Amino acid sequence: MLIIGCGHPDCGDDAAGLLVARRLRELGLRAVEASGEATALMSCWEGETDVIVVDATSSGAPPGTVQVWDAGQAPFVRERFRCSTHGLGVAEAIELSRALGSLPPRLRIYGIEGRQFAPGGSPSPEVLEAVEQVVQRIREEVQCMKQD
Amino acid sequence: MNKTVAKTTRTIKVDYLARVEGEGALFVKLRGDRVEDVKLKIFEPPRLFEAFLRGRHFMEAPDITARICGICPIAYQMSAVHAIERALGVTVPPAIRALRRLFYCGEWIESHALHVFLLHAPDFLGYEDAIQMARQHRQIVEQGLRLKKIGNHLVSVMGGREIHPISACVGGFYRAPTRQELEAIKPDLEWALDASLATMRWTATLEYPDFEQDYEFVSLRHPEEYPLNEGRLVSNRGLDIEASEFEDHFLEQHVKHSNALQCVLRERGSYMVGPLARVNLNFDLLPEVARQAAAECGFEVPCRNPFRSIQARVLEIIFACWEALRIIREYEPPAQPRVEVEPRDAKGCAATEAPRGVLYHRYSIAGDGRILSARIVPPTSQNQRRIEDDLRALVPSLIAEPEDRLTWRCEQAVRNYDPCISCATHFLRLHLERE
Repeated sequence: MLIIGCGHPDCGDDAAGLLVARRLRELGLRAVEASGEATALMSCWEGETDVIVVDATSSGAPPGTVQVWDAGQAPFVRERFRCSTHGLGVAEAIELSRALGSLPPRLRIYGIEGRQFAPGGSPSPEVLEAVEQVVQRIREEVQCMKQD
Repeated sequence: MNKTVAKTTRTIKVDYLARVEGEGALFVKLRGDRVEDVKLKIFEPPRLFEAFLRGRHFMEAPDITARICGICPIAYQMSAVHAIERALGVTVPPAIRALRRLFYCGEWIESHALHVFLLHAPDFLGYEDAIQMARQHRQIVEQGLRLKKIGNHLVSVMGGREIHPISACVGGFYRAPTRQELEAIKPDLEWALDASLATMRWTATLEYPDFEQDYEFVSLRHPEEYPLNEGRLVSNRGLDIEASEFEDHFLEQHVKHSNALQCVLRERGSYMVGPLARVNLNFDLLPEVARQAAAECGFEVPCRNPFRSIQARVLEIIFACWEALRIIREYEPPAQPRVEVEPRDAKGCAATEAPRGVLYHRYSIAGDGRILSARIVPPTSQNQRRIEDDLRALVPSLIAEPEDRLTWRCEQAVRNYDPCISCATHFLRLHLERE
């Protein structure tokens, strides 16, 4: 399994995905950090069979809310995520991969709802709590897979 | 002209322009068949990089300015190192000079491939975006993605990572690549050269609006090579100056509707920089393979149709692949990756060719190496006024078109310039008002 944490380290809660990837790497899991730019993401998951993408969301849910989507199930709604450079971000990477037939067989997206994304800001306490929660969920899942 | 249309005011408004880098809007006001107002509104906040640089050591300038853009960081690094080296009287050996050209080729390939295939091609094929286009034109999108990846890879080998690479410095590079590292990229670049030639043939099948303007094209011009890092600033109307004379001839103006300064020629107003300007002014310096591809595809200079900028970009991808292969073939690693640089109280400026056009930097440095002042003029701020002028000329011919088609054509006209709003704020939504 490959975990890809997306975001910007210095834009408040936008760092959520990166923080999850860093923690998981410290725990010995295969986790990488990405800006969330679509073509780079597609390169990241090329040839992978089981991928989890973690990114901050801006859907109007309470800050710290964790939502999980299965990319294989339905077209992905781009409004959930903050736009990336050139407007090509996580949602576009998923839909472009789907159109090209190169979507990994299993791709899930963990979204952590952010409160503020201002440049120079630190992550909110609710988001930091959610980061730890997502880290534990993914870690337990990987452990279960190993046991199987 | 449709009388109903002639009596009314129409406003075309695009609140957030899609498929451009950064955030901006477009506002066009029509009274009958007359364009009353065109505003390219750049509302992304000012970036203040010139102020960040004051008080920092000159060695930090390439890495700080690279942060202005995730698409063209190398352009910022190159203009910074050249300007500072000019101030400090530094000359780099030929091997370092060649490596800088190679580094720039990687950026041109990835930046141009992104715009040609993912941002501009949907306009010509009639799709809302690259995702819709990919369902019907899978091979073209895959080709574009692979080309971009090869450009990214070259940047990564040269600079340690794809975005905001960390190897370039005043005096050269912190680390020069080995011959083996560069040899390993050759097969990919050979594929990229063939793929870009095929892309040029594909552009010959596209339909181009019948629209031409009498542009003043501005770019660098070097006596022996297609311009990247060096050359004099020239135009098709007689401009022929050193970068050090830039501020004597060009003026940055503040306009109320934009957070980006608009740069104009003091005597003549708007002008165009970027691939179409470069190709027009330097066609003879393109390698034979690119000139032949242009001839086979009906692309001739002078080319004054901005919609054909997609072809100019593809010609430059061909050039960049060819040039990168040439440099790699001839590469001898430098004895030292950089030359030592001593600070002195001095001022220096330079212009290099970013993917989107001329990028001017000027620095004043104190005797202890601190930057006293900095000035940065990015390509999109130079093209802003020209984009507004294009729309002013284009819209009257589209007056009878339905709203959605008129709006789409206006957006396409903006995308001809591959505007990088984040760089310029130092931009896009479209607002069209008919009266």
